[in-house]
Amino acid sequence: MCGISGILQAHGKLADPGRLIGMVTALSHRGPDARGVYCDREAGLAHARLSVIDLEGGGQPMSTVDGKLTITFNGEIFNYVELREELIQKGHKFRTRSDTEVLLHLYQQEGEECVQKLNGQWAFAIWDGDQHKLFLSRDRMGVRPLFYTWADGAFLFASEIKALFTCPEVERALDLLGLDQIFTFWVTLPPRTAFRNISQLPPGHSMVVQEGRVRVQSYWNLEYAPDSYRAEDAENRLTADLLDLLLDATRIRLRSDVPVGTYLSGGLDSTLLAALTRSLAGDRLRTFSVSFADGEFDESDYQREACAFLRNQHSERHCTQQDIADAFPEVIWHCEQPILRTAPAPLFLLSQLVRENGFKVVLSGEGADETLGGYDVFKEAKVRRFWARDLESRRRPLLLKRLYPYLEDLQKQSPQYLQRFFRVTPSDLVSPWFSHLPRWELTAKLKMFFSEDVRQGIGTSHAMERLDRALPPSFASWLPFNQAEYLEATMLLPGYILSSQGDRMAMAHSVEARHPFLDYRVVDFAAKLPPNLKMKVLDQKHLLKQAASGLIPASIQKRVKQPYRAPDGQALLGQGWDYVKEYLSPERLRRDGIFHPAAVAALVAKFATGRAHSTKDNMAAVAIVSTGLLIDQFIHPHPGSSLWHPQLLEKCTTSS
Amino acid sequence: MASTITGEVHNFIVANFLFAPDAVLNDDDSFLDQGLIDSTGILELVTFLEDTYGIQITEAELVPDNLDSVNQIAAYLARKGRQAGKVAGFAATQVLQAAPRPECDQTRSVTL
Repeated sequence: MCGISGILQAHGKLADPGRLIGMVTALSHRGPDARGVYCDREAGLAHARLSVIDLEGGGQPMSTVDGKLTITFNGEIFNYVELREELIQKGHKFRTRSDTEVLLHLYQQEGEECVQKLNGQWAFAIWDGDQHKLFLSRDRMGVRPLFYTWADGAFLFASEIKALFTCPEVERALDLLGLDQIFTFWVTLPPRTAFRNISQLPPGHSMVVQEGRVRVQSYWNLEYAPDSYRAEDAENRLTADLLDLLLDATRIRLRSDVPVGTYLSGGLDSTLLAALTRSLAGDRLRTFSVSFADGEFDESDYQREACAFLRNQHSERHCTQQDIADAFPEVIWHCEQPILRTAPAPLFLLSQLVRENGFKVVLSGEGADETLGGYDVFKEAKVRRFWARDLESRRRPLLLKRLYPYLEDLQKQSPQYLQRFFRVTPSDLVSPWFSHLPRWELTAKLKMFFSEDVRQGIGTSHAMERLDRALPPSFASWLPFNQAEYLEATMLLPGYILSSQGDRMAMAHSVEARHPFLDYRVVDFAAKLPPNLKMKVLDQKHLLKQAASGLIPASIQKRVKQPYRAPDGQALLGQGWDYVKEYLSPERLRRDGIFHPAAVAALVAKFATGRAHSTKDNMAAVAIVSTGLLIDQFIHPHPGSSLWHPQLLEKCTTSS
Repeated sequence: MASTITGEVHNFIVANFLFAPDAVLNDDDSFLDQGLIDSTGILELVTFLEDTYGIQITEAELVPDNLDSVNQIAAYLARKGRQAGKVAGFAATQVLQAAPRPECDQTRSVTL
């Protein structure tokens, strides 16, 4: 895994190598092993390398022998071995054993359509000097990030926004509509980001910049087709097919010239992944996990059970609330957006543990919940829709008790209150985001903390209206279950799970995460499954559980889904940390102008009494502190700050 | 005395669920319709009422009809007081009706 950046100048200007060095230096954590810069008249590419495949020969930026094409590439093409063979058959000659060179030759052979053949996780840019054409692409599910902006006529791109900000002409300001989206969906809708005029290439898209013109196009979409399997495709056969696919997805993700570890949460997905790795790599299976002092979040008993079953070496990072608070400023530096949960912080500490143990690559189980029916939001939608068909039924609402068994406060509620919490109105039923309305409406309540200026800045724009325009035409024809899956797989997954909890936390310590469940063959297979095989009645990830049968401990195979969570607001506000106090102080809040100081004071007072436990209180606390950190680190970092200030950014700016 | 209870409940809701002291909350507004209170919020509210007024809210009473607006809570407390005659910490004579709302000064006094 690596960091990439680049410039395409306009108006006859030349690309400045010093500028490129500055940009790529800001990405050193993504690629500490080597650094390279390439300049060709108006174009410049830069690369910070984490050496994983072909340690000697895979340096970048890499050019073809004739010098016509040059690439800077972040990611892995897992089927590069097979693609290389195909290209050799077609007469291509290779100088290295790297997947980078395969990608370069594949582009030479297939042009922009080359991405259709890739099985991997990528963000790359290829410069074609003859045609003055810059081609950029991002993987199907959004594992690897790619941001861009325009400044003084030049096109700038990078793996992370902080690299763009090393260029003094790039504007630094929060995007209020982006903020509005985060305070509704947890994520921005691409190409929007949390920063004004900074865009991201959406997952599954490619982009061409040529002679001042830009063309962004989708090369792949999630398409649900639950009628694809005929009746004779018995559950047993589909179970076997799923297991075969997962095994192969894991096999090609073990391709590496350095050791590969595995994240182990103690849940179904990661334990199955560890079991598949065990079957492929034998005793080399090495697992890593986080544990918590707070039993509400801790899964270490299951982790230990999995390791005893698989007989592998395991390392655990125990996280306290203090650890989370200590790490939080650096976590935001890597996330580059306001976040509503502290859950990325333990993953930041976990990647540190991985790195300390000499590993650069880990397998991780993201994607199974989104594609194979794992999330509670799917179950909730199913129960609410079932109840809505007979709202007078006395028995149907009893199913509401089956939702969120790990949320103690919810379980204490009377049936009357549960029915009100999960109430379904006729307008809800026809909403394209029926499944996600309760979550988004709850999150949107956080906007009560916005200042008047921010409310006015957002104006009448409504986050959900923008989403409506972003949905694919076929969305309306899908089954409700598939619609819910789509929203989860295209919004929270790339915008938060794979970025704030995924790429950013792993790369903070130069660790590359690979996701077998996000192999496009698995994703396509899952999109064609009938929903009742993903969630049989209310049994989540039903088919995956069948596939895991006998491969993992029965207790883990059958356990009720527990989403990964960490102590939130209490970890930040409960301990009286100085930096938190500063970000919540009326002076700081007035200076930044984002939040209403008196409302925040009431929230702080509530935490001080120990009564602040609700989801909304916790999300608000984390959102306000993370926004304050983001402003300090990115909008107007000031060297005199007594607290966190981004030394790295200052260093990069100086060196450029 | 009666007006104090309505004001106290109002202030508690504003300070703990709406946060901004200048936020508008009518005493008939439904907490659930406004999205002010989630499952944890109900338990917060119950703890506040039990601690402040020295009452015990039974499971059967834990329903939106009793607790979903400032006025519903006031009426519920009044009924509770009448039923109990006089329960510890709560005077049965505190019948609550159309009380003028005090300033949102965040203060909370226990009325005995």
